[in-house]
Amino acid sequence: MKKILVLFAIFTSFFFLAGTNAKACELNNSVPVTSLSAGFDAWKVVTSAMEECGNFTPTLDQEYRDKLVASLESNPSQFTMAGVSASTNVSVLDAGVTRPLDDLVAKYGDSLQDNQKIVIDGKIMAIAMMTNAQHLFYREDILSDLGIDIPTTYDELLKAAKVIKDAGVVDYPLGGTFKSGWNLGEEFVNMYLGFADSFFDGNMPAVNNNDGYETLKMMKKLTEYMDPEYLTSDSTYVQQQFQQGKIALANLWASRAGAMDNAEESTVVGLVKFASAPKAKKNGKPASTLWWDGVVIAKNVTDEEAEAAFKLAMVGLDPANLGANPEAAPWLSNAFDPAPSNIGAILTAKSGAAPYPASAKMSTLHGVLGAAIGDYLTGAATAKATLEKIEADYITAATEKGLL
Amino acid sequence: MKKSTFLVFTMPSFIMMTLFIALPLLIVLIQSFQFNQDVLETIERENCDPFGCKTETITVPVLDENGNKIKNNIWVGFQNYKNILKFEQLSSVISNDGFEWSKIRSIDFYKALRFTLTFTFITLPFVIILGLILALCVNVLINRLKGPIIFITLLPFIITPVIGALSIKWLFIGDGILTLFLENILDKDIALFSQGWTIEILMLFYRVWHTIPFAFVIFYAGLQTVDKEKIEAAFVDGANRLQRLRFIIIPHIMPLIVFVALIHLMDSYRVFDEIVGFSASGFRISLQWMTYDFLRIDDSGTRSIGRASATSVLTMIGIIIILIPVLRRTFKEQKEKKL
Repeated sequence: MKKILVLFAIFTSFFFLAGTNAKACELNNSVPVTSLSAGFDAWKVVTSAMEECGNFTPTLDQEYRDKLVASLESNPSQFTMAGVSASTNVSVLDAGVTRPLDDLVAKYGDSLQDNQKIVIDGKIMAIAMMTNAQHLFYREDILSDLGIDIPTTYDELLKAAKVIKDAGVVDYPLGGTFKSGWNLGEEFVNMYLGFADSFFDGNMPAVNNNDGYETLKMMKKLTEYMDPEYLTSDSTYVQQQFQQGKIALANLWASRAGAMDNAEESTVVGLVKFASAPKAKKNGKPASTLWWDGVVIAKNVTDEEAEAAFKLAMVGLDPANLGANPEAAPWLSNAFDPAPSNIGAILTAKSGAAPYPASAKMSTLHGVLGAAIGDYLTGAATAKATLEKIEADYITAATEKGLL
Repeated sequence: MKKSTFLVFTMPSFIMMTLFIALPLLIVLIQSFQFNQDVLETIERENCDPFGCKTETITVPVLDENGNKIKNNIWVGFQNYKNILKFEQLSSVISNDGFEWSKIRSIDFYKALRFTLTFTFITLPFVIILGLILALCVNVLINRLKGPIIFITLLPFIITPVIGALSIKWLFIGDGILTLFLENILDKDIALFSQGWTIEILMLFYRVWHTIPFAFVIFYAGLQTVDKEKIEAAFVDGANRLQRLRFIIIPHIMPLIVFVALIHLMDSYRVFDEIVGFSASGFRISLQWMTYDFLRIDDSGTRSIGRASATSVLTMIGIIIILIPVLRRTFKEQKEKKL
C-alpha cells in the first residue's frame, strides 16, 4: 500500500511539473526550429526557455565555430538560427548566410533595447543578448588575509602572486586560459591591447614591435605562477581550479562568474569576487577585449521558419527570463539590476577596454597567435623568433586567402 | 579465364577504386598546387554593436546575386609546398649558425616530421617484441584459460583510439589519480603535461598499449600453424627454448612480422588521435595534425585547403618512402616463390 502511494505521488508530481512547464511559455510554437550555439550557462538559460514553447531543438556546443559557417551555408540551412559572438558574427556576415531582421524586429521586437541591435550598414543583422569580457577574479579572503590590495595593473598582479606563492595558501597563485589554440591567441590579443591600439597596418600585421615583445614577456611572467600544465588549460579548467580552491587570481570570462557561487560544484561559495581586468601599463586601458553574444537567423530558411525562430528568440531573451537568472551572464537588458557576479565585466567596460576588433584579418592573426606562442612560453623559441614567426605565418595565411 | 569474364568480374572493384581512391587522390594533388580563395573587395562598413557605432575599412568577400561567396582557384605552382617546407629559412639556419635544432623546429613541418618519425620508429619494435612475447605466453597456457585471457588482452584494441587517449590523459593530467599516486611515491610535485617529453612518452606508451593486441592476435594465429614435429625434432636434437624460437618459430612467422610492421608503420605515420586526445598540440604536432589544423575553419569562415592538400601529399610520399624497404622484401619473396 505504501509503495503504491509513493508511486502515485511520483506520478502526480510528474503531471504537475509537466503542467507548469507548458504554462511557462505562452507562445505555442508549431514550426520546427533548430539552433546552434556555444554551450556556456547563458545559452542554457536562453535555449531552455525557448524549449518550453515546443518544437525547438537546440545544439549547445563549445566548438560550434568549427561548423557554424558550413552548416548555415547549405541550402536549406542545417540550423534555423545560431548563437554567435562578436567574432563569429563576422564569419557569417562575410559568408552572407544570415538574414536582415528589421521586419521581424519591427513586428515582434518591442522588448529589445537599441544597444541589442547589431546594425551593419543600416540593417539589423543580429540581436545581442549579453556582453562578455575576461576580467579579474580574486579570492577576497586570501587577499585580505595577506593584506594585498586588489591589483589594478599586471605589475601589481605579479607582486600579489609572489606574496600568495610565498604564503603557500593555494596550489598556484594564478590561473589562466592559456590552452594553445584560440584561448592562447585571445590572451595575447587581450594583453597586446593593454599596450597598443592596433594589430595591423592596412592588412599587414604590425605586432613585431616593442609592444608585442612586452606582451610576450608579461605572458611568460604570468605563467611562472600558474599550474605548469597551463598550455592545456581552458576556461572550464580555470573555473574548476577556482571552484576547488586551487588558485587565488585569474583573468577569466565574465560568463564563468556565476559558477563561482554554484554550491553544487564550488567549495569557495561567496569567496570569489570580481574586478576590472588589470591594466598592462599604468594609465593605460584594461588588458582585455569586450565581446558580445547574440542570435542570428539563417538566410536559407523559409520566411515562416525565420518568423517562428525570431518569436522563440524573443521568448528566450525576454527580460523576465533573463532577470530570473541574472548571475548567468552580464545581460544587456536594463529591465533588472545586474547580479554582483557581473560587476567585473561592467567595470572592465567602464575603464575603457577595447571591443574585440573582429574582422577576417583578425581571425587569421588570432589563429596564428594561438599556434605560435606556446613555443615561446615553454622556452623552445625566443621572443624575437616568435614575433617573426607570427608575422611570417600571418603573411602566408593572408596571402593564401587573398587578403594581401 | 577469358579476358572478357575477367573484366566483368573486376570491373565493379575497379570502378569503386577509381571513384573512391584514385579520384580523391588526384583532386588532393591538384588542390595542393592551388590557392582556394574568395574574391575579396575592400569596403567601408558601418558597424553598430553594444559598444557603439564605428565605420571601418575592411576586406570582405564579394557575394554573387544569390548571396554566395565567389570562390576562385588560382594556380600557384609549388607555393603551398614552399610555404610548408620553408627551404629558404632552413638553408639560412643551417648555413649561418651551424646546425641548430631549436631553430629548425620553429618550422612547423620539421617539428611535426621529427615527432612523426620518432613516434613511428620507437613504437615499432615495442609492438612487435611485446606482441610476440604475449603470443608465446598465451600459447603455452592451459586451454581453459586461453579464451578469457585472449579476450582481456584484446580490450585495449577495442577501445576507440580518441577515447582511450582521453582516459589516459585524465589519469595523469593535473591532479589525476595516477599523478597523485606517483607524487605520493616519489614525494615531489609532478606535472606531466607541462613539458613536451613527458607527453611524448605518454603518447608512445599509449600507442604501444593500444596496438599490442593487434600484433598479438596475428602472431598467436601464426603460432598455431608452426609444425609441431619440427619443434619436437629440434627438442630431440637438444635445441633449447631460445634456439627453437630463433631457428624455427621466428622464420616460420616472419611473413606475419613483416605484415604487422607494414600495417603499424602506415598507421603510426598517420599519428593524430594522440595529439588531440592528449591536448598535445602546444608541445608536439604530427603531419596529420597539420593537415587537420589547415582544414579547420577559422573565425573568418575560411580554411587553408591548399596547404592541407600539400601536407597530405607530403605525408603520402613519406609513407611510401618508409614502406619501400618492407615492400621490396615482400616483392622479392613473392618472386622467389614463383621461381
